[in-house]
Amino acid sequence: MSDLMKLTLAGARDALRAGETTAVELTEASLAAVAASKPLNAFVHDTSEIARSQAKAADLRIQAGDAPDMCGLPIGMKDLFCTKGVATQAASAILDGFKPEYESTVSQKLFDAGAVMVGKLNMDEFAMGSSNETSVYGNSVNPWKVDERELTPGGSSGGSAAAVAAETCLAATGTDTGGSIRQPAAFTGITGIKPTYGRCSRWGIVAFASSLDQAGPITKDVRDAAIMLEAMCGFDAKDSTSMNLPVPNFEAALTGDIRGKTIGIPKEYRVDGMPDALETLWSEGRQMLRDAGAIVKDISLPHTKYALPAYYVIAPAEASSNLARYDGVRFGHRAKLEAGDGITEMYEKTRAEGFGSEVQRRVMVGTYVLSAGFYDAYYNRARRVRALIKKDFDDVFAAGVDAILTPSTPSAAFGLGEMADADPVQMYLFDVFTVTVNLAGLPGISVPAGLDSKGLPLGLQLIGRPWEEGDLLNTAFALENALGFNAKPTQWWR
Amino acid sequence: MSIDTKTAGRVAKLARIKVEEADLPALAQEFTNILGFIEQLNEVDVEGVEPMTSVTPQRLYRRDDAVTDGDQQAAVLANAPDAREGFFAVPMVVE
Repeated sequence: MSDLMKLTLAGARDALRAGETTAVELTEASLAAVAASKPLNAFVHDTSEIARSQAKAADLRIQAGDAPDMCGLPIGMKDLFCTKGVATQAASAILDGFKPEYESTVSQKLFDAGAVMVGKLNMDEFAMGSSNETSVYGNSVNPWKVDERELTPGGSSGGSAAAVAAETCLAATGTDTGGSIRQPAAFTGITGIKPTYGRCSRWGIVAFASSLDQAGPITKDVRDAAIMLEAMCGFDAKDSTSMNLPVPNFEAALTGDIRGKTIGIPKEYRVDGMPDALETLWSEGRQMLRDAGAIVKDISLPHTKYALPAYYVIAPAEASSNLARYDGVRFGHRAKLEAGDGITEMYEKTRAEGFGSEVQRRVMVGTYVLSAGFYDAYYNRARRVRALIKKDFDDVFAAGVDAILTPSTPSAAFGLGEMADADPVQMYLFDVFTVTVNLAGLPGISVPAGLDSKGLPLGLQLIGRPWEEGDLLNTAFALENALGFNAKPTQWWR
Repeated sequence: MSIDTKTAGRVAKLARIKVEEADLPALAQEFTNILGFIEQLNEVDVEGVEPMTSVTPQRLYRRDDAVTDGDQQAAVLANAPDAREGFFAVPMVVE
């Protein structure tokens, strides 16, 4: 078969089962595409040896008729997932040389399902960023290009999005703390879903903000998102916040029938300076869902405006606590010490050398909001506001809304380096539509909707009820069918 | 609220991140900007609202108090920058 990398997960799965290709062929095609994608800087750790042995094993399983959906399919793994014996750095200098002695639950589940890991993927350092510009490996680059500028693939799962949009692997893992799956998916014209908090085990995923972090897939389309999400989900005794619920067959939920479903349009998601193309796509999306038989109605989520400031208290607070473990003692980098340096100097020098500036900034903001005298004023207030943000959603769901339609991001991808001199707060604003979903623990999916005036992709987001990813995926499937987005970037990097 | 260089230095110390004296004014300015952004939260009426601890109303489940793992000394120490005789090695802590 030619152009194996143009296949979706579903297409490749079906081709494997029909004997039209093999896992080894697919994997070699993927590894060749990975090798040809160096200018995108999406892949940062080579796992080709592992991939080749996994592919051989997958072919045996397929021949034996014991092939789960993901069996033999080449995927990329975000550098945030601990992979046994394979460098895992969370794109940080402080984890230089770290090779975990264990496998994360999500990557293990994917491997158990027969998936093939073709490489580890670039990201923002410790998943803190919206542009993949805080990575120790350097920027990852968006495959979409409309002029001489190189564009950000978004962040923090920027390498994952770039790799899938560039068709170097069939899908990739991502993680989402404030939008890190959905925003890069939108910036690169592909699909990404963050499931309900507790669906995917966080065990073995380098922690950023534990009450917000969730893993999810970044894929070419909604069907693939359903297939891969199902393989990643499930109860895990090693994560105390993992939910003990059966995992439904998400792909079977994709009927495309959304007649009678109620879709809410939140008025608070209309922000100043939103590009006309986005406004148009959003209203077209509303009309398409209505045409498909859904009831579309205006709703209000009154505390939306306070989601970003609440997030920028809660996430740094949790990060400052989680990242305390990087002290130069048990793993990763330790600073060279001078005569007379004691343990405090060791901590301070190690962390100053090992953490990049955005990570340092967030750890220190977190330290401040948790410090004596400010804990109530900042941290507890933010947690109260978070409760109100969740209540906004609870109220609309209780009033019969099944899903909420919003833009995924306030604009299309920007140029790498363009935000370098901006206030950090300006960068934070790219997460304005996604961060509410993490604070409320809900599932959210971004689907590619169309192109802006310059020809860059824009995404629409659907937010679902907790634990109803199947229903959410089906609504996204109906929207995807109606939108008919099929634009691809030209392969300028080859 | 404006953060002065003394406070910025104290926060850096608490976070165990070495920040050069010369870099403190810029850091203090960044903190001021970010906290200014955060202070919008003061507009919200949170009277009677409990701080959220978990998005899912579930009680953390318990497991039996039993040993489930062990004999992993080599794996535990494998990534240590300095490990000696089965221990993590650090600069002298007690004189």
